[in-house]
Amino acid sequence: MISALYVPLWQILMWAPQYPEGLEMKIWIDDISGDVKIISALNHYIGMKHIEVSMFPEFGYMKYIVMALVGIGLITVLINRRFMLVGYALLLAGTGVAALVDFYLWGYDYGHNLDPTAPIVVPGMAYQPPLIGTKQLLNFTAFSGPDIGGWIFLVIGLAVFTCLGLEIYKFGKKAA
Amino acid sequence: MKIRQMFIVLGLVALVLLVGSCKPKGPVGVTTGDAASKVYVAPGQYDEFYNFVSGGFNGQMAVYGIPSGRLFRNIPVFSVNPESGYGYSEETKPMLATSHGFIPWDDLHHPALSTTNGEHDGRWLFGNANNTPRVARIDLTTFRTAEIIELPNSGGNHSSPFITENTEYVVAGTRFSVPLGDNRDVPISSYKENFKGSISFIKVNPESGRMNIAFQLRTPGFNYDLSRAGKGPSHGWFFFSCYNTEQAYTLLEVNASRNDKDFIMAVNWKKAEEYIAQGKGKKEKATYAHNVWDEKTHSATSTMMDEVLVLDIMEYPDIVYFIPCPKSPHGCDVDPSGEYIVGSGKLAAVMPVFSFGKIQTAITNKDFEGDFDGIPIIKYESALHGEVKKPGLGPLHTEFDANGNAYTSFFVSSEIVKWNVKTLEVLDRVPTYYSIGHLCVPGGPTKKPHGKYVIAYNKITKDRYLPTGPELTQSAQLYSIDGDKMQLLLDFPTIGEPHYAEALPASLIKDKSVKIYPIEHNEHPYAAKGEKMARVERKGNDVHVYMTAIRSHLTPDNIEGIRVGDNVYFHVTNLEQDWDVPHGFAVKGATNAEILIMPGETQTLLWKPLKPGVVPFYCTDFCSALHQEMQGYARVSPAGSNTPLKFSTGVIEGQK
Repeated sequence: MISALYVPLWQILMWAPQYPEGLEMKIWIDDISGDVKIISALNHYIGMKHIEVSMFPEFGYMKYIVMALVGIGLITVLINRRFMLVGYALLLAGTGVAALVDFYLWGYDYGHNLDPTAPIVVPGMAYQPPLIGTKQLLNFTAFSGPDIGGWIFLVIGLAVFTCLGLEIYKFGKKAA
Repeated sequence: MKIRQMFIVLGLVALVLLVGSCKPKGPVGVTTGDAASKVYVAPGQYDEFYNFVSGGFNGQMAVYGIPSGRLFRNIPVFSVNPESGYGYSEETKPMLATSHGFIPWDDLHHPALSTTNGEHDGRWLFGNANNTPRVARIDLTTFRTAEIIELPNSGGNHSSPFITENTEYVVAGTRFSVPLGDNRDVPISSYKENFKGSISFIKVNPESGRMNIAFQLRTPGFNYDLSRAGKGPSHGWFFFSCYNTEQAYTLLEVNASRNDKDFIMAVNWKKAEEYIAQGKGKKEKATYAHNVWDEKTHSATSTMMDEVLVLDIMEYPDIVYFIPCPKSPHGCDVDPSGEYIVGSGKLAAVMPVFSFGKIQTAITNKDFEGDFDGIPIIKYESALHGEVKKPGLGPLHTEFDANGNAYTSFFVSSEIVKWNVKTLEVLDRVPTYYSIGHLCVPGGPTKKPHGKYVIAYNKITKDRYLPTGPELTQSAQLYSIDGDKMQLLLDFPTIGEPHYAEALPASLIKDKSVKIYPIEHNEHPYAAKGEKMARVERKGNDVHVYMTAIRSHLTPDNIEGIRVGDNVYFHVTNLEQDWDVPHGFAVKGATNAEILIMPGETQTLLWKPLKPGVVPFYCTDFCSALHQEMQGYARVSPAGSNTPLKFSTGVIEGQK
């Protein structure tokens, strides 16, 4: 989980007829990278904001959340009680859902909160990037999904739940 | 009687038919078999080779794909190019500076690709200016002219540029011999006494590619036509074809065609290097320009040089040997092994092939038939490997494949002839349409030819294309050399007049192509590296506009306070950092050209407004969906008026 501090968590990929090689944006624990400038330059036609690190207050505290998760995980191992495991599993799931909700809200704002004086206004059109999966936005096909860090979280989450499942399956009756 | 008359009529008809069928058919040059599929590069696919083709009298270098024959770019080298602003922008003007001042045109004949160990390394491309002698270096990461050096003491820089095995030197020989020394105001008829040849050895920095004239050889007053460096065993030597050993100065077509044999001049340049290292040679005053493009400041600088080191071969006769070669040799080509040197006497019935080994033996044994002004002439037979018998008429140039075969162009008989270098046996011949000059096998002049094709660059096209008035297209023809028989695959039109050309595999350079110039590395003194830095400053009569261009606006786009008589410098910085998003810039009434600015680059257009009014300017390179909105106004007030200097973008003042 610590490694997630050093790899990108999420990725947004885009393709258009003029960009057969694709454009990518990577979201890290406290930064964004990739063709951000090019994406911003293109998006300004439809009145979307310039993507900048300052748009994401989350970058300020996300790493502390991850570190806290790591800490609580270690405490869970040390205490080695089932209620801790249940609690930790729920905490992980909760954090994951919260992160997705947060990302969705940003995406909603980024895609809907458009500059009314933008050169190109398509009535009724919003440009919210997909939460997960693929979506056609004007001439662009956009894909959003976890990157290495995201997958690490997913695998860890699944592992914790599997542990919990095994725990309940093996020792459930005995405890009851 | 009627029957007899009928027989006569029938007989006459038969006679007409018979004579008609005896009349030879004109050339057709139909391709056979699956030629189309061999040159078809499907949409979105890449060609296998880059073909760099000299533009001749257009002074530029064209880049084609092979086998498709598609034109990709025309690189401005010695001629101005209003399309990109080359020679018109303030930054590029110094590239065309010479000791005679700014020259907007020249005649580019020969490209030469840089080599390492005698093989293409895909770093630089050199080219010659024939008229006002210069050599240019093109950077193959940007496909732009990076450097131009002028050659003093030269007239008609034709045997140029030719490079040594590791691009140690680019060599440039003079076509015309000219009076040298302090007094150059001499009678033309004093040719024999006063006229000399001059061969420049331009040292190339192995890291940066920077050129400087290391030394010049002063040679007898002949015409020096073409040249090739030795390679492998002959590395360290250079071979030049010489004509006009008659030393004629008028009506050369007659007076320079008298001698049965002219010379191939063999130069031991390693020996010359030794003499230079020993401090030999004389420093002479000479004025010549050295122009260098700087990718960080996006500007050229021109430095006037004042000295050149000269080594007179009359004083050092063991540097140079003459080899007799029949009838005004043109091409002088060295095979991939470095052992064989092919001389192509334009007017000769046979083609001699000389052996480097035999030349060395002859020198050791002093097997000379005489001397020319003290320079030994090696006996023809002693240097000769053999002659190609009845090769064709008017041999010009020879290229090689990797299998020991040579391909020679024949201007008069309009054909390419394939022959074996060792056995000297003619193997195949194909017609060209018409009158081929140079030819190119990819990697043909290197130690490792890439082969596959031979490309003919023709001097006459006549009926090959739809007519376009008296001036017709120039053309090239592509032949497959994979099989025993050469096969015509494709005709394709070219621009300028192609002379020599070289080709290399696309894989050697395509991934090194520069896409943008990083804006943070832009060190142009007038760059505006962001819209906040865009501004207008007045210094006396000079007005400097620090302008930015980004899709889809120019900043500033409203400028007031310019006066008639000002020099307005538009320094336009393209803020884009994405591939293939250049912006252009043009002002109504500007008497120069537009400028094209690549992403991250700054270029300057000088405008001298002549009358008051409001003058539009706009982006000339279709950059985006809102390109047509990318425009602005400059207000020009009468000379001496007090209109305040003002500039803005996006500021809307109350309109009445």
